[in-house]
Formats: sequence, C-alpha cells, structure tokens
Amino acid sequence: MMNYDKILTDTVKELKPSGIRKFFDLAGTMEGVISLGVGEPDFHTPWQIRNAGIRSLEQGQTRYTANRGTELLRREISRYFKDKYAVSYDPMTEVLVTVGGSEAIDMTLRAVIDPGDEVIIPQPSYVCYEPITRLLGGVPVILNTKAENDFKVTPDELRALITDKTKVLILPYPCNPTGAIMEKDDLIAIEKVLHDTNILVLSDEIYAELTFGGIRHTSVASVPGMKERTVTVNGFSKAFSMTGWRLGYACGPAAVMSAITKIHQYAIMCAPTTSQAAAVEALRSCDAEVEKMRDEYDNRRHFTVAGFNRLGLTTREPKGAFYVFPDIRSTGLSSDEFCERLLGEERVAVVPGTAFGASGEGFVRVSYCYSIDHIREAFMRIERFLEKLKNHDYPWQK
Amino acid sequence: MEQKILKLLEKDARMSNSDIADILGTTPEAVEAAVRKMEKDGIIRGYKTVIDWEKVAADRVNAIIELKIAPKTGCGFEEVAERIAKYPEVESVSLMSGAYDLNVVVSGKTFREVANFVAKELSTMDSVTSTATQFVMRRYKEFDVCLTESESDGRGLYSL
Repeated sequence: MMNYDKILTDTVKELKPSGIRKFFDLAGTMEGVISLGVGEPDFHTPWQIRNAGIRSLEQGQTRYTANRGTELLRREISRYFKDKYAVSYDPMTEVLVTVGGSEAIDMTLRAVIDPGDEVIIPQPSYVCYEPITRLLGGVPVILNTKAENDFKVTPDELRALITDKTKVLILPYPCNPTGAIMEKDDLIAIEKVLHDTNILVLSDEIYAELTFGGIRHTSVASVPGMKERTVTVNGFSKAFSMTGWRLGYACGPAAVMSAITKIHQYAIMCAPTTSQAAAVEALRSCDAEVEKMRDEYDNRRHFTVAGFNRLGLTTREPKGAFYVFPDIRSTGLSSDEFCERLLGEERVAVVPGTAFGASGEGFVRVSYCYSIDHIREAFMRIERFLEKLKNHDYPWQK
Repeated sequence: MEQKILKLLEKDARMSNSDIADILGTTPEAVEAAVRKMEKDGIIRGYKTVIDWEKVAADRVNAIIELKIAPKTGCGFEEVAERIAKYPEVESVSLMSGAYDLNVVVSGKTFREVANFVAKELSTMDSVTSTATQFVMRRYKEFDVCLTESESDGRGLYSL
C-alpha cells in the first residue's frame, strides 16, 4: 500500500489551493452561469498567425528548435522590443523563448532563489509568484498595494521591506487583477530605491500591449539604471490572443539569461516549434490586429467602469490589462461572500480579490474579455443582486 | 466622437444611446443629438438586419451582374447607374475598375425572375453593351458577420 502522504513534499502539501477552486466546483453544478471570470482574451488568434502555424506544419517543421528558441524568433523579439519599448536585447545571449510567460517566471526564480532568500511580491497580483518562491525555499515578502495609490508600488513601501536577504523584486505591471500600471516616473522612483542594492527585478509585462487612454507601456528595463538588474517577462498570450499556443519569453542580462537557459534546457528543451513559427508572424505583421483588439477592449473598459459606478460600486478606471476591480465594501459583504452569493443567486461568475492576495479583500476582479452584449446581461443580474441586498439584506439593517 | 459612434453602430446598429454614452464617456443626450445630425446629413443612411435567409427557407435568389457600359453624351456612368439603382430588384450598384464597369446585385424570388429582369430590363438599356450574370450559390460571410458555423468560445467560467 502506497503512502502518498509520505511521497509528497512538505512544501507542496503546505501550498494553498487556488482561491477560485471553490467557485469552480460550485459553478460546475449550475446551469446558465454567465461569466466575467476568465483571464483570457475572447478573441481568437488572428488568422494570419494561425496560418503561419499551419504553414510551418505543412513544411514539416516538426522537430526541436534551439534551446533558446529559433534565431529568427529571437531576432524578431529583439527588434520588437527595441521598436516598442526602446530596449535593446542581443538575440544571441539575452533572449530566451519559453513555454508561456509562466515558464519564464518559474525559470527566472529558480535561477536566482536560494533557501532563505526574500522575494518582494506586490499584491493583489497574479497568483504564481508566491507558490514558486515557496517551492524554492524562498521567503515571500508581501507588499500590499493600496487603492488610494492606484495599486502602484510606492518607493516608501518598497524601502520598508528591503532587508539584506532581499534577492528579487517582482513588478507585475500592467497588473492582473487591478489593471494598475506603473508609469515612467513611478519606475524612476523605484530605481532610486534599488540603485545601490544588488536586487534583481523580475518584471512581468505580459499585459504590456494592453494599456489605454493614450498611455503606452513603459518597460521597466527602459528606465535608466534598470536594464542591468531586470529580467523582463513577456509573451504572446494576451497581446495576440494566443493563450493556447503557450509561448512567452524572457529578456535580461546575459549572465542571468545563460543560467536561466541552462535550467530551461534540462526542464523543457525548447518551446513548441509550431508556436514559434506563428509568433514570428505575430511580431512581424499584426500591429493592426492588436490595435483593433485594444480598441475593442477600451470600449468595454469604459462600458464596464461606467456600469459599476452607476450601480454604486466604486470602480477606478484601470489603465491596463483587461480587468476592472470594483470596491464592494459598501455592500457589507466580504469578497468571498459577494462572489459566492452573486454566483448562487444570480449566476454571475466573478473572482474575489482575495484570490490575488489578502489585500484584495473588499474588491472583486471582473474581466471584460467578453462582448458588450454579454457584459450588459451580467450587469442586469448584478443590479438585481445589489437591489436585493439593499432591500433585505444590509447587515446593519438586521 | 462622430467617427466612434459610427464604428460602434456599424458593428451593432441596435446599440442604445446610453451604452454608446458609457463607452465614449458622454451623455445619452449627446449621442442622440449626434446620431440625429448624422441621419439628417445623410451620413447614416439606414439601419438593417443581417439575416441568414437560408435558415428561414425563404424563396430568395441573388445574382451578381457585371455590366459593360458605352457612355454617351448626356448619359455617362452616373446616369446609367442611377437609373439602374431605381429598380426595387436591385440591391446594390457600384462602378468598378477593371474588366467591366457596373457591378449590380439583384435579388428575386426565383432564378427565372432574376433572369427575366436581366433580359428585359438591364440588357435592353441603350448604353449597356453586355451583361454577365452570376448566381450566388451560398453566403459565408456578410456585413462582417460569418454565416457558417462560428468558432466556439471554449473558455471556462473561471481562470486566474
């Protein structure tokens, strides 16, 4: 008889399950659920990108590529980064093609975290940084960003958390779930704090293409003094609606990248060949498609923010990614209760802010990767839900 | 703002003024006024519905007719095109570059009805020197809308 409890590591056993598992299970038993709950574009991959994938298969490109990714793709990534974000990376030594941005984050942390090293993680943020740090024996140090600061990392908050064990600062902007971005001046202030330290920045810029209102993304490495201390993670999933192709990349100083590549070579070999061929096409000729999707997201962003504010749930206008992060504290419910009851009573799926860290309490994440018609229907249900709460159910009326 | 309203209405003519206002950060009244003005100025020419008639099994045949025209004094392309456009059977008329001059889309209940129209009305016109009629067999995409099986969403209800 196998004793699996003895097989699994203590660290894995102690990892908390994802904050949405409960909702998955609940929603799975229901009919007619309308979701604003996914972190994935509703658009299909633009046709010319899919076609490039198909062509590569037709041409029999079905073998491994170089560990780092094809030279062609690395050159395109390098060119793209220079054109878009004014950062130059050497395609031969400073670029690694990975299996999604996720792998790039994992590999980077694996290459730099020794047991006991501290990783400063701003929250609310995407869920992977903390568990990966723990798996490596690192110590997550949570930086709780605040709504009144537009969920940005401030220099004072950062300074207060730095110790002589701090190895890495994660900068997850544009941010899932808050939609916050860090602009150039914000990043200059961060650079000043880091200037005389040996702290590496892991900048997760997977939503870089999705910033709105005329603001263009500032890549962390483009800020003077930052390039030498930054590993930039990006990918194709969000910008080009290529989530299923599993393709991302990391760029950074050659010394760090060659260490990361070493792990990648043992763990992964190389990113999928078909996806790499498709990605070349994405970088070369899809500006117009990306622009079209961004415009559509922007329309929905306005629509969603206006809708929540009208319903009395204060919602700041997020400047990036494709989420809004309404403040639900006026309902008197916790994030978890709000989401559970909204799902149970009106069958609308949104994600509690607490799934992205304790500081997400009082907020919910609403994705606008849905058509306006879909969002409108969800709003009708949310309005009904809030009316019910108001009329019967405010805790202080009981 | 006008351009943005047009783009939204081009995609969904039924979008309400208040939805448009939310998207553009203005008031429904301002949208209403802008739309009225564009209707008055002839920028917005109408609102129609994209229908897959094959699903309703209605009798409906479409043909694309390529016309060659010999313009004459006082009767150039404009005049011929405008005359053709007056027929209720005609859905669209466009002046083309290339091998022929006017592209005319005609609809009718039956193959015979359309053929009769071409024979009796179009080909007998003075300036029309030749016609080539092509019947539409099946439509796959119209007004930017795919009429065949669309790609499914395939996403779950939750993901982080």
